[in-house]
Amino acid sequence: MAGDALHRRIDAIYQEESSRVFATLIRLLNGDFDLAEEALHDAFVAAMDQWPRQGVPDKPRAWLVSAGRFKAIDRLRRQGRFDASIPTLLAEIEAQSEPEELDEQTIEDDQLRLIFTCCHPGLSREAQLALTLREVCGLTTEAIAAAFLLSTPALAQRIVRAKAKIRDARIPYEVPDREALPERLDAVLQVIYLMFNEGYSASAGDNVTLAELSSEAIRLGHLLHQLMPDGEVTGLLALMLLHDARRDARTTPAGDLVPLEKQDRAVWDRARSVEGCALVEEALRSPRIGPYGLQAAIAAVHAEAPSSDHTDWKQIVGLYDLLLRFNDSPVVALNRAVAIAMRDGPEAGLLLIDTILEQGALQRYHLAHAAKADLYRRLGRKAAALECCERALALAQQAPERRYLEQMLGEIKKLQELPHHCVERAGRPTTRE
Amino acid sequence: MKYLCLVYYNEATIKRMSQEEWDSLNRECMACVQDLTEGGHYIDGAPLQTTDTATTVRVRNGKAVTTDGPFAETKEQLAGFYLLEARDLNEALRLAQKIPPARYGSVEVRPVREPVAEGNILSAHG
Repeated sequence: MAGDALHRRIDAIYQEESSRVFATLIRLLNGDFDLAEEALHDAFVAAMDQWPRQGVPDKPRAWLVSAGRFKAIDRLRRQGRFDASIPTLLAEIEAQSEPEELDEQTIEDDQLRLIFTCCHPGLSREAQLALTLREVCGLTTEAIAAAFLLSTPALAQRIVRAKAKIRDARIPYEVPDREALPERLDAVLQVIYLMFNEGYSASAGDNVTLAELSSEAIRLGHLLHQLMPDGEVTGLLALMLLHDARRDARTTPAGDLVPLEKQDRAVWDRARSVEGCALVEEALRSPRIGPYGLQAAIAAVHAEAPSSDHTDWKQIVGLYDLLLRFNDSPVVALNRAVAIAMRDGPEAGLLLIDTILEQGALQRYHLAHAAKADLYRRLGRKAAALECCERALALAQQAPERRYLEQMLGEIKKLQELPHHCVERAGRPTTRE
Repeated sequence: MKYLCLVYYNEATIKRMSQEEWDSLNRECMACVQDLTEGGHYIDGAPLQTTDTATTVRVRNGKAVTTDGPFAETKEQLAGFYLLEARDLNEALRLAQKIPPARYGSVEVRPVREPVAEGNILSAHG
């Protein structure tokens, strides 16, 4: 094979295999992340050296694992002369005989071990995120630091501390047992969803590395879905795909927010929507349907509607009712109230939102007041709409959200205050007519 | 690997218990020690008297300064400890969940450092 073609082949093998080889090396090297990272590097250096002469082996993955393990043992032997703690580690590594054949199941289990270890509840949420992005997704420390607006040394320090805790508290490199699995899996799903949302937030347009977080989260969702069939894993993947499908429609080129009802649905990514909707069907059939699957189902109803007016709001309200049973949060209750306003008219929604606000938790949540402003606007109640919109604006922090509310304020100011007896008849939401 | 499980709870909550509830909690703790011993995990442990019996000593410039009360005023107070043998943190956490006061307060699980005269790993102090 010509030199260039061989290098491209090795590059392709690196892209394809490095994360799998790394996950297996950590297990073979007694859970030592740093040693495995060096071993992975050494294995590819050896490949670049030997494959041009000897040809690419039949099973490059097994070759790389074996070479990496050998190089690590070699490295430890050399260090062992200076460091008294090395011989014990070396003995433990050598005691684990190298598997003759790396079957698919072992490779898949190693990938799961890596994911569950990086998302161990003994690590802080920030550490879980940074470690997963670095060790599972293979992002550089610089890229992760840029995404979280941290300096590279600060982010590197966070990863070093996380690895030190894994080593010193002895967090095992294993897939949790059946008893602990649901809780541990929820932690993994939370990390993936947080990763996705970090990349999906309103300001993501200006920050390329942030958008990368969303695609990494979706990739991780696909991997987990393939490794571990579970209703909520499927539900989360569907949810991310359905939200991502709307990515280009949810902001204007200037970075202004476009609410769902005003989005140009032709811009929605059709392929992602179709994949997401199919996964929702799969999640709904699963015995472990939960909050992610239900949120995905709501997103799927929107995805399948030709417009906001032709949305099956009845079904959306039903799904929110179910979601509330899993997650009795005031934000979910607020979204349900908005869906009820779309189904039954603004007064019904307003009544519910006021009840939620009376409970206190959302009084400083700008979206609660923005939702009220919108419903009053639909009723033509200019003064009330103005008051709520101004309250929302006073609470909103992010620039795109402020711009959206300012625009809404402008629209409200153009309203004619209806005489009170007309209010009754204006009660239907404008979008349904 | 050895793990120290530090048991914390709010003494005020415990003091409000009836004699019956308190006795029942003590019986549960004794049964817990029995289970941990049979499983080969129990090394040592003890419940502590309340913090109003605590005295704190500090040595500064070679002089001992003694004060009444615990090292720090906190919402939950140290109430006892279990020293356990476990394969790894996951096993230690599974065992710690079974410590009865975990239902009222919290159990902090800390790996024990093996003291060596030289070359202790400092990195965890970061």
